[in-house]
Amino acid sequence: MKLKGPDLFVPLGAVAAAMLVFGVFCAALGVNPLGVYASLWKAGFGSWYSWQNTLVRASPLLLCGLCTALPARAGIIVIGNEGAVVVGGLGAITAGLSTAQMPSLVSLTFMVLAAMLCGGLWIAFSVALQHYRGVSAVISGLLLNYLAIALMNQLIEGPLRDPSSFNSPATFPLPLDHRLGFFSGTHVHHGLLFGVIGCLVAWFLVERTTFGFSMKVAGGNVRTAKLVGLPVGRLVVMAGFLGGACAGIAGMVEVAAVHGRGNESLNAGYGYTGILVAFLARQSPLGVMLFSVLVGGLVAGSGMLQRAHDLPDATITVLEGTLFLFILLSDTVYGRLKIPGGKANAVAA
Amino acid sequence: MKPPDIEAVGITKTFGALKAVDNVSLHLPPGVFHALLGENGAGKSTLVKCLMGFYPADQGVVKVNGEPLRVGSPKEARRHGIGMVFQHFTLVPSMTVAENLVLARPDLPMVIDWKAERVRLAEFLKQAPFHVDPDSRISTLSAGQKQKVEILKELYLETRFLILDEPTSVLTPQEADEVLGLLRRMVDRGELSVLLITHKFREVFAFCDGVTVLRRGKQAGAGRTADLDSARMAEMMMGEARAERKVGKTRSPGGPVLYLDGIGAVGDSGVEAVKEVRLTVREGEIVGIAGVSGNGQRELLEAIAGQREMTAGAITVDGERHLPTREMLLQHRFFILPEEPLRNASAPRMSVAENIAFRLFDRPPFQKFGFLLDRKAIADFGREMIRKFSVRPPEGELAIGDLSGGNVQRAILARELSSGKVRVLVAANPCFGLDFKAVDFIHDQLLQARNDGAAVLLISEDLDELLELADRIFVMSEGKLVFETTPEAADLALIGRQMAGQRV
Ligand SMILES: Nc1ncnc2c1ncn2[C@@H]1O[C@H](COP(=O)(O)OP(=O)(O)OP(=O)(O)O)[C@@H](O)[C@H]1O
Ligand SMILES: [Mg+2]
Repeated sequence: MKLKGPDLFVPLGAVAAAMLVFGVFCAALGVNPLGVYASLWKAGFGSWYSWQNTLVRASPLLLCGLCTALPARAGIIVIGNEGAVVVGGLGAITAGLSTAQMPSLVSLTFMVLAAMLCGGLWIAFSVALQHYRGVSAVISGLLLNYLAIALMNQLIEGPLRDPSSFNSPATFPLPLDHRLGFFSGTHVHHGLLFGVIGCLVAWFLVERTTFGFSMKVAGGNVRTAKLVGLPVGRLVVMAGFLGGACAGIAGMVEVAAVHGRGNESLNAGYGYTGILVAFLARQSPLGVMLFSVLVGGLVAGSGMLQRAHDLPDATITVLEGTLFLFILLSDTVYGRLKIPGGKANAVAA
Repeated sequence: MKPPDIEAVGITKTFGALKAVDNVSLHLPPGVFHALLGENGAGKSTLVKCLMGFYPADQGVVKVNGEPLRVGSPKEARRHGIGMVFQHFTLVPSMTVAENLVLARPDLPMVIDWKAERVRLAEFLKQAPFHVDPDSRISTLSAGQKQKVEILKELYLETRFLILDEPTSVLTPQEADEVLGLLRRMVDRGELSVLLITHKFREVFAFCDGVTVLRRGKQAGAGRTADLDSARMAEMMMGEARAERKVGKTRSPGGPVLYLDGIGAVGDSGVEAVKEVRLTVREGEIVGIAGVSGNGQRELLEAIAGQREMTAGAITVDGERHLPTREMLLQHRFFILPEEPLRNASAPRMSVAENIAFRLFDRPPFQKFGFLLDRKAIADFGREMIRKFSVRPPEGELAIGDLSGGNVQRAILARELSSGKVRVLVAANPCFGLDFKAVDFIHDQLLQARNDGAAVLLISEDLDELLELADRIFVMSEGKLVFETTPEAADLALIGRQMAGQRV
């Protein structure tokens, strides 16, 4: 499917509407909404420095967005992204620490592979539960998130704990040269590359390969997919695996580029925000690129809201929530709007 | 309340570059039974959706009792007593008849007083033309009963101008006569006007006062039924007289190809819907399965198509076990044409060309290097099939869900018949809702496949179709094959009794 007019207008309209409601919310808190908008803009996109902040936030979002967007093309709603990020990060740090003696590139490769495997299996499991056992992937994904966080706490306070990390438990650190570097002259780490490449590969997979086509048939109508003999179960589980693998890499990037070790910050909410990104992008991998940057900018601006307007840190969560509400609402509008280049609602003749 | 006087003046409606309805005018004084005819894709559904205010017309006005109707407002139309039964069912399957009727009311209060509603409903049902148990769940009703409930719903909402979009394509002729006859009586009593879209001339002559004919969006003719005959109407519809059928049976059947070995399947409600169906279809033979809808035909087809679990039995093709995997479908050259192709055999949001490629996309020339999709090859193949099977509009990039019902059927038929030489073809009600030209076309295609040596299993509720095409006919009743005959030896009264489940 090509990106058509409404694919862009509708989500951008939802963003605008959410911003408006958010402004009212700020006004109710006694803060001038215009000032808030200005701060958000400045913090996210106002200067090269803030662009760098935005890109740092965008890199895990790119991968977490794919975690929902890829299975969605096969017709499955995945919201277990956060859990996949966490187990991906845990897999990565475990692989990184056990290959600490090996050359840096080898170790990093193992970390990526371990992260993909852990995140992938995590989501594939949840999708398989839905397909073969009738347990909604939404429910199991949500529960698996808690399980992943519990597993993380267990590991970083138990077997993986670095005894010298007193007040906030963490694993042993990765050797310094076993971490992801930065683009020269910036504080944007190479994790961004994983995200961008991930989106491009995902786009290629969906739009240009027979596998992606099969996925779309299954997502478009399961009955038809069965009629033409496609292995629906294998397809959806595979789509779940690929999505989860992306989220897993996001966890690896957090470990290997941002924190240098495994700690509680693995559970920083990028997974949840990734769901928002995927819905804004209408589950299109290229759209994920666009909206990761937009949402990354908002996330980057959250600190600024506190400093400049004395608003609590969680304020940005309110904005994200509002945004989500509007994008879900806009789905009911989608297709009914008369937008040039758009098509009317598909009413069966 | 009297039926309203409806007048449409110069209605035009375009979708992109396509003029689906082009300057059509129509005047329906109170108390008429009028037919709207036209080939598939002529714009009938689009025109009535404009009348209903479901689509805003690009040009033209709809006048109700002389007053222009506010455009794009189905609610306003409903206020004037205009109501419509759509081409597809709109009832909520998991709810009962009563719930469906009550919940359709536009002025529904926040809290429903079910007791009062039930009293009202009982009163309504007492004087209603058909009888349906208000407590039965929609999903347990047959197509004919569902159609009655759709119409009852409109009457319950005090519709005085009833638009019916091909209400009888899912009904047996007897059911259709019953439903239309009762409506005709209401029209005669001056309680109702009806605008009927249909492809069946028989119904037009039996029930309608006048006709309007559309061809490719334009008004191609109109007149009083009394002044017309079917040849003249066919000519108005197609712009040419009905062609002679070209394909006849040119060979006699050969050896066995398809063997259904005691197939069993369970229906949606958990009861056994298909019981030990056993039959053989030979090379160059069409075997028909007749029956009233709801006797397990749908479940049988779904079991054969891999859309429903087979609880017993097996399928064999040329002596080999057949399973609905991609490899076997291809190897056995096994193709299926289910009913309601939009729901059962297409991905509505994907394009026509993509839908046509579903059987072949993962092998050369559509697939390159083992994994790449050649989108140009798909587009080219789509264009060729669209031309060969006259799908309209001839645009492969259009979402298949935007085609008219008949054209979806053509596109799916193109895929199933052109993805390789056919060895086995299973079709279910392939002509539901098609105009006579398309029906002739599809019948020709089925006969052609038969003459080319395919084993064809044709499940149909249209007995005339089976008598014309099949070499042997089975009757299916309550999930079992209860009777076998040939068209030559067929005793219609006996078949009818077998279909109704009366053993002799
Ligand atoms: N929503 C839509 N978007 C684009 N094209 C449409 C849409 N709805 C209908 N069309 C096109 O308009 C034309 C008329 O369609 P319509 O459904 O009115 O035909 P019809 O006369 O009801 O045919 P049928 O007998 O097959 O139901 C068709 O070519 C169809 O493809
Ligand atoms: Mg129609």
